Amino acid sequence: MSVRRLAAQEVQPASFAFTPENAEWAGRQIAKYPEGRQASAVIPLLWKAQEQSGGWVPEAAIRHIAGMLGMPYIRVLEVATFYTMFALEPVGEHFVQLCGTTPCMLRGAEALKKVCHDVIGPQKTVTADGKLSWLEVECLGACCNAPMVQIGYDYYEDLTPESFAALLEDLRAGRPVKPGPQNGRHASEPKDAVKTLTDPALFDGSMVGAWKKRFAEEDAKAKAEAAGQAVAAAANPEPAKPEPTRAEQQKSDSPVARTARGKAPVSAEAREASGNSASSEATTKRRAKTAATVEPTDGSGTKRKR
Amino acid sequence: MLADRDRIFTNLYGLHSPGLKAAQMRGAWDGTKFLLEKGRDWVINEMKASGLRGRGGAGFPTGLKWSFMPKQSDGRPHYLVVNADESEPGTCKDREIMRHDPHLLIEGCLIASFAMGAHACYIYIRGEYVREREALQRAIDEAYDARLVGKDNVHGWPFDIYVHHGAGAYICGEETALLESLEGKKGMPRLKPPFPANMGLYGCPTTVNNVESIAVAGTILRRGAAWFAGIGRPNNVGTKLFCVSGHVNTPCNVEEEMGITFRELIDRHCGGIRGGWDNLLCVIPGGSSVPLVPAHEIADAYMDFDTLRGLKSGLGTAAVIVMDKSTDIVRAIARLSYFYKHESCGQCTPCREGTGWMWRVLTRMAEGRAQKREIDMLLDVTYQVEGHTICALGDAAAWPVQGLIRHFRHEIEKRIDEYAANPADAGVRDPEMMAAE
Repeated sequence: MSVRRLAAQEVQPASFAFTPENAEWAGRQIAKYPEGRQASAVIPLLWKAQEQSGGWVPEAAIRHIAGMLGMPYIRVLEVATFYTMFALEPVGEHFVQLCGTTPCMLRGAEALKKVCHDVIGPQKTVTADGKLSWLEVECLGACCNAPMVQIGYDYYEDLTPESFAALLEDLRAGRPVKPGPQNGRHASEPKDAVKTLTDPALFDGSMVGAWKKRFAEEDAKAKAEAAGQAVAAAANPEPAKPEPTRAEQQKSDSPVARTARGKAPVSAEAREASGNSASSEATTKRRAKTAATVEPTDGSGTKRKR
Repeated sequence: MLADRDRIFTNLYGLHSPGLKAAQMRGAWDGTKFLLEKGRDWVINEMKASGLRGRGGAGFPTGLKWSFMPKQSDGRPHYLVVNADESEPGTCKDREIMRHDPHLLIEGCLIASFAMGAHACYIYIRGEYVREREALQRAIDEAYDARLVGKDNVHGWPFDIYVHHGAGAYICGEETALLESLEGKKGMPRLKPPFPANMGLYGCPTTVNNVESIAVAGTILRRGAAWFAGIGRPNNVGTKLFCVSGHVNTPCNVEEEMGITFRELIDRHCGGIRGGWDNLLCVIPGGSSVPLVPAHEIADAYMDFDTLRGLKSGLGTAAVIVMDKSTDIVRAIARLSYFYKHESCGQCTPCREGTGWMWRVLTRMAEGRAQKREIDMLLDVTYQVEGHTICALGDAAAWPVQGLIRHFRHEIEKRIDEYAANPADAGVRDPEMMAAE
């Protein structure tokens, strides 16, 4: 993070108000967010204020927006100083933001920085004619087209020191310039070596709707399977469930199973029985029998024991 | 190589029109109503079965994320928020989707919103992408005009989609910081829990997804989970946009299958390494936040989540930054440290202080103006930062430094020796005064 402060009082304009056009635009932005959440529009509004004030945000604009959105002034000031795209001091007419992060650095951003130093001067200074100023910024997200700069709203990519110096001269002289890659590339494709996305079938509409065949096939298959199963079920009815073995029966009669059914883990009779006499084989048998009797849900197994 | 027919982003290079008519010819908005009629559970199950892992860096299964949204609304609206704040150094894939194939994204937004019961979607795009924002807004206007989206659209699911933008803060790519920013505050990450699926935007259930994860949804549903899951390697399936930058002959974006080997990716699409394979020094395989991998380990590695994790790195956003032997590797990583210092939001002390500290030490080490014991001290500090912050920016700042020390300690030591042997050559410098910026 870095400390960012408002510009000195001498350069701050006394007041700020949106032009009627921009005010209407601001209203449309606020309407994007739910009732009572108009604070969400603070970034778009500050952005518009920056546009209207010639590329930077004066203090008066921050106060004006705070009033518009019903936010405390400090909240808007926080936002304006936190987000680095809000310039808090005047900038040149063409504000060059040069990406210096590693991917651009690997492809020669340092040489571009030197061009900026030579043509414009140190960072954040505006040239005497007011045309140019520059700032090194962090990754601008066009790494396949490195090195690159953003001037105003446009990206200028695939630069060399020569093409960049020429670009700055053109801008200063007011000649038209072409945004985008400066070395003849169209976008982020491999230069002069596009090997993919060449199949014309992708673009002539012949693949539209072809995928529905799969759903039709799946539907038909599911129907056929369902029909087949019905026939098979009619032919051999399911065998009756065999009676549970002794092991299964005990398992289903365990304390855990009983708790799961909402009963006491050990039935009252069983507890009594175990307390009455020393454990002999006869008691154990009786206990098992009582337990089975109090829980008739056990089904066939219990019956068999009786 | 992936066949052209299996590519999802067919207008990646913008050689064709991004408009609605052309997008429909390429297969966008094809039978969306039919897909929605299959029902919410079908959509989520199909996304789960496809094995799609989030494309924003963490690789969390997308279908699973969608299923975390409450099934029944408790009166609060649900929101889908698309994370188009692509700022990870090396990454430039979402930009191509938004300016060249925006309709795939808009269609994906509708499908995802339907699957999670949301009627409103916000796309948060980074402030620098002004032209991309305009392109996306144009596409959304087209979709409204054609009644593909809107309150009363042909798909029968009332749905509004809005573009919101940031103003140059990397941290807003973190999902909770993004929500804070969308609410009109500073982008400072929130503590989790509560997770956004319970308390997200405006305190309502919210899901935040990456642009690429959302934009592939329509095609996956059309062509089937089995098709997508059949591409790539187990647990790392599907197609992925790779952004290759740095020292290759033709840097580019390209859609390839997951698990393509690094060598194939570079030789087939990027014209090889500058100066040949012997000139390769190291690679950062997933955007600046993951540790670098030296040449001999990466050359024949599969480019997928699990293989790269095995190499103590990660696939991240699949932003492949290639460095050849001309690179001053210590300075390259020091520049990344500066990036994290610049972008730390300042909320947690280990990150706010640690990122600046790491940058200052690395800058000295790049010149050799350091002691060898400081290397271990630096490593120790990275472990103090990692895992001790609210969000992952602290980790992301620590990992590249750890990777550097793991693989290039000898390089740092060499510089220290050189400087110690001949300090006069380097010129005696006054200690740099660093303001508490």
